[in-house]
Amino acid sequence: MRKLKEAIIEKTLLTSALVTIAVTAGIILVLSIEAVNFFSEVSVLDFLTDTEWTPLFADKHFGILPLLSGTLLTSIIAIAFAVPIGLSISIYISEYAPKSFRRTIKPALELLAAVPTVVYGFFALTVVTPFLQTFIPGLSGFNSLSAGLVMGIMIIPFISSLSEDALHAVPNSLREAGYGMGSTKLQNSFRILVPAASSGIIVSVILAISRAIGETMIVAIAAGQQPRLTFDPTVPVETITAYIVQVSLGDVQHGSLEYRTIFAAGITLFIFTFLLNTLSYQIRKKFREKYE
Amino acid sequence: MSKEKKDTVIDKSIKRKHKLQAKGVKVFYNDFMAIKGIDMNIRANKVTAFIGPSGCGKSTFLRLFDRMNDYVDGFRMEGEILIDGENIYKKKVNVEQLRKQVGMVFQKPNPFPKSIFENVAYGLKIQGIKDKKFLQEKVVASLKQVALWDEVKDDLHKSALALSGGQQQRLCIARALAVEPSIILMDEPTSALDPLSTAKIEELIYELKEKYTIVIVTHNMQQAGRVSDYTAFFYLGELIEYDKSKKLFTNPEKQQTENYITGRFG
Ligand SMILES: Nc1ncnc2c1ncn2[C@@H]1O[C@H](COP(=O)(O)OP(=O)(O)O)[C@@H](O)[C@H]1O
Ligand SMILES: [Mg+2]
Repeated sequence: MRKLKEAIIEKTLLTSALVTIAVTAGIILVLSIEAVNFFSEVSVLDFLTDTEWTPLFADKHFGILPLLSGTLLTSIIAIAFAVPIGLSISIYISEYAPKSFRRTIKPALELLAAVPTVVYGFFALTVVTPFLQTFIPGLSGFNSLSAGLVMGIMIIPFISSLSEDALHAVPNSLREAGYGMGSTKLQNSFRILVPAASSGIIVSVILAISRAIGETMIVAIAAGQQPRLTFDPTVPVETITAYIVQVSLGDVQHGSLEYRTIFAAGITLFIFTFLLNTLSYQIRKKFREKYE
Repeated sequence: MSKEKKDTVIDKSIKRKHKLQAKGVKVFYNDFMAIKGIDMNIRANKVTAFIGPSGCGKSTFLRLFDRMNDYVDGFRMEGEILIDGENIYKKKVNVEQLRKQVGMVFQKPNPFPKSIFENVAYGLKIQGIKDKKFLQEKVVASLKQVALWDEVKDDLHKSALALSGGQQQRLCIARALAVEPSIILMDEPTSALDPLSTAKIEELIYELKEKYTIVIVTHNMQQAGRVSDYTAFFYLGELIEYDKSKKLFTNPEKQQTENYITGRFG
């Protein structure tokens, strides 16, 4: 009887693992098939070099660059905003704050990541953009600046929490070695602890980038839906994710070329995040080898 | 000794007999009293060993002299710790400056995850010294001082973590020496090392006492006997006996000391 129960549990676990793998494989397969279909009609060269993305217009262009620039621009703004703040927070919590503060502030910060992104999107559109318009008169109602900044707020806890874990994991003996040499707290933090925790910090930033690139709601709501090859943060742009939402929600006919564009865009996104995750995995593996 | 105590004029040029002093020192970790009122004078340019069973407060007491306990949660101290006659726990004391004068070597070698060169140059660099030639000279001299130079001279820019444990510990001593301290505190510096590396460090301690005041915690009584001029026996947060090592190990005054050094200890 016990044996049977164990066998059932084991089989159930195995099945769920297999289902997960099968679903992932299925997603990749569908993405690939539809992308191959797409690229049988549109040349890869055009896709990569055309500077316009107008699949829904009469004059169709299929250049991914405008969507890519929109994605990169919003992500760069988010990262540029979130890394210094997230890292400062992590250093403060790990090296300066009293232990009791650490115990309350960490979960509180992680709550930031639990806010639904649609809320962030409307915050960007209805609060941040009007606020920024008082300083930047030329700022459009939809723009990558406020979308990027709010996305930055969303990813701060990714960076601060994971970096803090990395700093916290630095052995106390190193901290004491630094202080013993006459370091100030600031010198100890930046010259000893941050370098010693660098792999963990880099991984946190990569995961945050990955999260920013894949983020959909905030950019769809606040950055606009105008594919545009630009690095001007004040004008509307469209990201890959926002485009996919736009087409998925629209009444594009299944199986049409327009429909397949979302798979071409999707696989581009997939390749990006896959590379980033692989990179972070590699760094983590190297880190583990170094300290074990 | 009483003359020393009355001496309130601080003049570093006067060579003091007592480099380090503790006056009525009590240490608490929250409510637990780890040091129960210790008075002690430690002589300049001598090696003083702290011995005693584990948990008796040797590390706690040693770390008072470079204020390393300041970061420990729940730490509180009463009394005074004087270096060259000055209370280092006064409010206006610059702790970073103090620690440049007091080098610390820990139980487990703890080199920075940086190159050998960067490890030794660290203390100078954080003082804002950028002169490449000066740094180079200082690094070489410090490595020679700990007899590590011949072993690492071709690998200065390799990671310090690649060195053996004994080499790492000598590197940590070199790192401390590079900022020219006058005091070196060592907390069981050889307990993680093999006998050969231990012998090298003991030899080094012997050479260093010419220029430095050295305090070493050890639970190895042979080691205390070999390297130290004076030995202090601690038990349960109290200083039980403190005397010339020769005297303390051959003819202790207190029964507790005798029990400990003869291994009859409960
Ligand atoms: N950070 C700490 N918090 C609370 N108690 C401590 C701490 N460090 C040491 N103690 C206690 O203080 C006493 C002395 O410890 P320690 O100085 O490390 O002894 P020793 O170095 O002689 O082995 C021990 O009872 C130990 O448990
Ligand atoms: Mg100890």
